Amino acid sequence: MWQETVDRLVDWIFSAKGGQSPDSALALALNFFIYDTVKIFILLIVIIFAISLLRSFFPPERTKGFLEKVPEFVGNILAALLGIVTPFCSCSAVPLFIGFIEAGVPLGVTFSFLVSAPMVNEVALVMLWGLFGWKIALLYIGSGLVVAIVSGAIIGRLHLEKWVEEYVYRIHSGEAVLETLTWKDRLKYASAAVGEIVGKVWAYVIVGIAIGGFMHGYAPADLLARYAGPAVWYAVPVAVLIGVPLYSNAAGVIPIVKVLMEKGMALGTSLAFMMAVTALSLPEAVILRKVLKPRLLALYFGIVAIGIMLTGYLFNAVL
Amino acid sequence: MKVQILGSGCAKCKLLEKNAREAVAELALEAEVVKVSDIESIMAMGVMSTPALAIDGVVKSSGRVLSKDQITAFLVQ
Repeated sequence: MWQETVDRLVDWIFSAKGGQSPDSALALALNFFIYDTVKIFILLIVIIFAISLLRSFFPPERTKGFLEKVPEFVGNILAALLGIVTPFCSCSAVPLFIGFIEAGVPLGVTFSFLVSAPMVNEVALVMLWGLFGWKIALLYIGSGLVVAIVSGAIIGRLHLEKWVEEYVYRIHSGEAVLETLTWKDRLKYASAAVGEIVGKVWAYVIVGIAIGGFMHGYAPADLLARYAGPAVWYAVPVAVLIGVPLYSNAAGVIPIVKVLMEKGMALGTSLAFMMAVTALSLPEAVILRKVLKPRLLALYFGIVAIGIMLTGYLFNAVL
Repeated sequence: MKVQILGSGCAKCKLLEKNAREAVAELALEAEVVKVSDIESIMAMGVMSTPALAIDGVVKSSGRVLSKDQITAFLVQ
């Protein structure tokens, strides 16, 4: 129904101007742009509100409490899942890391959380669901969780506690204070989150969708098949390398990935690219350097990068 | 009275500090607004997500930027 309205609107714009046919590349690009932008903004508002409301029930202090009590491998799974619902901002990665370690949450379990929290985030979710449909969104969440669980489990097995900065173990944290929030507080928190996140990403969404729309209308359909199709083995690592510096731009990157896929980039390569954008970021590395020695930081990035690449290869091979 | 803003200097912490200063000014309180950015002190107060707000060493909120009115409500208590 919504698609028809947009079709009609674009037809109207072009017939009013006369000349251009509604099927021209420009009309297609405009159609794609209007349809996707409005849909994405509605989804962003609804989903960020819902997820933030849910998050108000899972402050990190409570998540820490859950993770202290379970055996290690169960902890990895639980930590990856809690990474979705616990509010996380890379700016408070340090107190969160110290809080977990100090409470006795195993290092590997802490890492499962640190991988999952930024990767399975609400903006990526909306963009994937809105532009690719729920199947690919679920595939992304599922493989993100697996990468988080496995990377954390491996780091845990390696017993690298000595590669954490020593002062972390000397810190004694005070008793965590849980505020009692009323429903009014929670609703306020969720609306504030919508304002804050939409305020931060809206420009990227529009620019991303505009570039995507333009390419959709103008670039030849098989443009990328030769360079990024399933048979091109080096496409996955290249995609991951390009993804790392694009941190936190899931909003701008995902619409472009959609078009790259239409033009022949393989699904596994696309997923690996998006996971690299969200999970591996240089600013977060700089922040985590305060608590991790360089070797552990490098190993963490290495393991997650390999995990993401394997996911990419796997989906390229099976789909 | 001492109003403490806990955080390592991110944009949200500055916003919280600004709101706290406005709240204090509006109530004409004799309160000092101080920033706590050292991680050991933040942890010692049991805070895992910044920015956080504490009044005389008691944490009132963490992980969100309180508005001026919300801070005022804590200050008059």
